[in-house]
Amino acid sequence: MYTRMTEIAVGCFVAVGLAALVMLAMKVSNLGAFSDTDGYTVSARFENIGGLKVRSPVRLGGVRIGRVNAISYDQDRYEAVIEMTIGNSYDRLPVDTAANIFTSGLLGEQYIGLEPGAEEDYLASGDVIELTQSAIIIEQLIGHFLLNESQAE
Amino acid sequence: MFEPIRLIGEAALRALARLGQATLFIVQVIAGIPPLLRRFSLVITQLYEVGVLSIAIIAVSALAVGMVLGLQMFYTLRDFGSEQILGQVVALSLVRELGPVLTGLLFAGRAGSALTAEIGLMKATEQLSSMEMMAVDPIKRVVAPRFLAGILSMPLLAAMFSAVGIIGGYLVGVGMLGVDSGAFWSLMQANVDFYDDILNGMIKSLVFGIIITWIAVFEGYDAKPTAEGVSRATMRTVVHSAFAVLAFDFILTALMFGGS
Repeated sequence: MYTRMTEIAVGCFVAVGLAALVMLAMKVSNLGAFSDTDGYTVSARFENIGGLKVRSPVRLGGVRIGRVNAISYDQDRYEAVIEMTIGNSYDRLPVDTAANIFTSGLLGEQYIGLEPGAEEDYLASGDVIELTQSAIIIEQLIGHFLLNESQAE
Repeated sequence: MFEPIRLIGEAALRALARLGQATLFIVQVIAGIPPLLRRFSLVITQLYEVGVLSIAIIAVSALAVGMVLGLQMFYTLRDFGSEQILGQVVALSLVRELGPVLTGLLFAGRAGSALTAEIGLMKATEQLSSMEMMAVDPIKRVVAPRFLAGILSMPLLAAMFSAVGIIGGYLVGVGMLGVDSGAFWSLMQANVDFYDDILNGMIKSLVFGIIITWIAVFEGYDAKPTAEGVSRATMRTVVHSAFAVLAFDFILTALMFGGS
């Protein structure tokens, strides 16, 4: 009887431990919501990417549809190259979609905001987004502002 | 004049020899694991002793840690007007660091010390040598099931610790301090990655489990067969495990999260 109770207790222990792991996976991490593995990759060139990082979200109309995969610098064109993975279910982005780098909130993280265009053709894996707008650097804004102020006087 | 240097050298050589002994010992133990799969009831009993009986202290500590973390982080984050990220902060610190490390420390104190004392006492009362007399290998029969049970228990306990801790943070943050429940979970989900954060935390806890149980069974098996020897071995288990967990946590953190 003792071993039977022991076995039941151990069974509960293992079940609770695995349940905790499942809870961590589904409720705490993004595994349940968005899987990064299946998707297609598009790239975009920016003059300045600000504080964008690998794993930063890619959003379309505020909805998270992908993430930044790789960041590199093109020395020939002096531009930053961003590769992003977009979920397979979002496969109807027009080729003239624009990519901007936004900041969520004043101090929040930076993300790529996509704005769909009007073309008939859709972006496919390996395509390049041509219309881009760089990140807004607060220091530069303040610099411009101060410069304008001093010139006005 | 050379006496202090000689003493350092002697201590270093002794430590190295002990490490070698421990390594040879663990090789024997690991060799004893495959036959266990046919007699898994031995492991089940040890899983009960090592794992099930540790749940209470793990759950209570996790709840307390999660609640305190939620409380303290809330007051700091509120100054920046970003108390919504409370869930993310609590979850990341628990999953990456506090879960595995605190579980490791508690596990060393609760289960590691018990393992050492049990094996040490078996040796002191000559149960181990009588097993050898009956042609039963005490390493296969006594040590290997305990080692395997310890390794299996640690990741499960660490997962429980993180989950319960996050619930504790939720209770305090959302229930008591009025953080928005949706923001708490959604920001957590947006910023905690399964592979980078949770799986790495699990790997950490597995490594800690191996180290702690290794130290525990070796110290027990190697203890002087006297009351004093067993007590010293138990003490060494807890102290060495704690040091090893903290040191390896630093190394693993640097390896896992240092890159990005």
